Amino acid sequence: MLVTERKPDDEILASVARDSKLFLVGCNGCHAACESRGAEDLPALKTLLEGAGKTVTGWFTVDFLCDKSLVRSRLRVFTPEIMDADSVLVATCGVGIQCVADSVVKRTRPACNTINIGGSHGTWGSTERCAECGDCLLDRTGGICPITNCSKSMVNGPCGGTTGDGKCEVDRKRDCGWYRIYTRLKDMNALDQLREVTPPKKYGKYLPPYEVMRSEHWAVDPALPAADPAPPGAAVPAGGPRGKGRPK
Amino acid sequence: MSKLSEALERKGFVVTGEIGPPKGTNIEKALEDAEHLRGKVVAINVTDIQSAVMRFGSLATCHMLVDRGLEPVFQMVCRDRNRLALQSDLLSAYVLGIRNVLCLTGDHNVLGDHPDSKPVFDLEAAGLLQCVEALRSGRDMAGKELDGKPDFFAGAVVAPAAEPVEPQIIRMEQKIKAGAKFFQTQAVYDVDQFARFMKRVSGLGVPVLCGIVLLKSAGMAKFMNNNVSGVNVPKRLIDRLAADKDKAKSGETAVEIAVETINGVKGLCQGVHIMPLGWDHLVPQIIERVGLT
Repeated sequence: MLVTERKPDDEILASVARDSKLFLVGCNGCHAACESRGAEDLPALKTLLEGAGKTVTGWFTVDFLCDKSLVRSRLRVFTPEIMDADSVLVATCGVGIQCVADSVVKRTRPACNTINIGGSHGTWGSTERCAECGDCLLDRTGGICPITNCSKSMVNGPCGGTTGDGKCEVDRKRDCGWYRIYTRLKDMNALDQLREVTPPKKYGKYLPPYEVMRSEHWAVDPALPAADPAPPGAAVPAGGPRGKGRPK
Repeated sequence: MSKLSEALERKGFVVTGEIGPPKGTNIEKALEDAEHLRGKVVAINVTDIQSAVMRFGSLATCHMLVDRGLEPVFQMVCRDRNRLALQSDLLSAYVLGIRNVLCLTGDHNVLGDHPDSKPVFDLEAAGLLQCVEALRSGRDMAGKELDGKPDFFAGAVVAPAAEPVEPQIIRMEQKIKAGAKFFQTQAVYDVDQFARFMKRVSGLGVPVLCGIVLLKSAGMAKFMNNNVSGVNVPKRLIDRLAADKDKAKSGETAVEIAVETINGVKGLCQGVHIMPLGWDHLVPQIIERVGLT
């Protein structure tokens, strides 16, 4: 069960700077089950975007964005709204964002950072994985995670180790993550993205604050003291919960 | 000031060489290899734990070359050091007289002889180039001011024979944006393929030194085709190495192929980077035969 936090507004707005129309996707699953805070406010996201002069072509939430069949059947209903948009902004964990990216031919952008996933990759029956890095890069990589798909977790790529058939020289059965990113961006006519240098990763964000490693979900374990529940709708303190503990 | 930078600015055809430090403390052979290159090449690359096989350090070897009046290119990979150690070693390298640094991501640990070691890859090649740029500007990666700044001449690598080549070219553009001032390429054997590559990148305005790896045997050529990404040894060259084993063993075939390749790429790029893999004693005659002395 995972914990996400909303990316800062300026980072979200920078990522959609060149888009005028967006489709929003949110997830209720882990948010409802274990206080993940990132996915709870699609209306607020819509207000943010509209305030910046963007049009929201449509939006929907689903209980678990990591449920492949559910996601695809629900997305299909919104095909006109999705295809009308320049990109899809997804407020959920890294797995959910990659699930959406794998299901639509549109730039898929993360609205959240995934802080902690607690060992669960939801119910997505495919290979997408999230490393809970706390600094989601999926916006830059066509919705394919380079941290979990590149054997070196390179934030810029590919390295010289891609084989002729797009595999990784570390394991010839494994797809080169950066070759997949290249192919996906090429399909979306967005190769310019690869010419940009992604700055070094903020590994300081990897270490989740202890408070968020425990959730309501685990709190049922009698060996653990009960977690302090955040009051419903409690705001995340400025800069997120890191190092400051959960809001009391 | 980097002599390599000066040579590339003069627009002549530039030759660089390469040595690999030993596995152990007997550094003499590597230094002998470097002596073969004295006066023949502008600068000598020193590999950094090449192929992820643990060995003597690049930084110390580069320093020994500086002491001997030879110009090193300090190869630096991101596999073994985080950004603290990379920056610290860059500062040390500069004070020890090292002016050129080649920024590489590095082969993955599992391909080397310590597969259970922890891969670092805190940065990758583009991040390391940005790191060098930051230090040159007088600040570290955290933005803190330096007391004395290193004026490095930074380069990077590209694989012209990779298929498809487009991601390589995009990555090359990215590395230029990050601060790469020159490129040394992965081994090239197919001159026509290299010409097509150069046609696509010549507009980028950054000098390219074509990689020349001496072919020691047909077996080595086949091994490279099967195991080294971005290398393509044409069958006709493999057949040639197999046809006369004594000639291959003596190094004569390697020299011939290198001379043909260098002559083929002379008008296409700004120089060559010869990687003799221990056959450095053959480099002087290669340079003589292509008329570059």
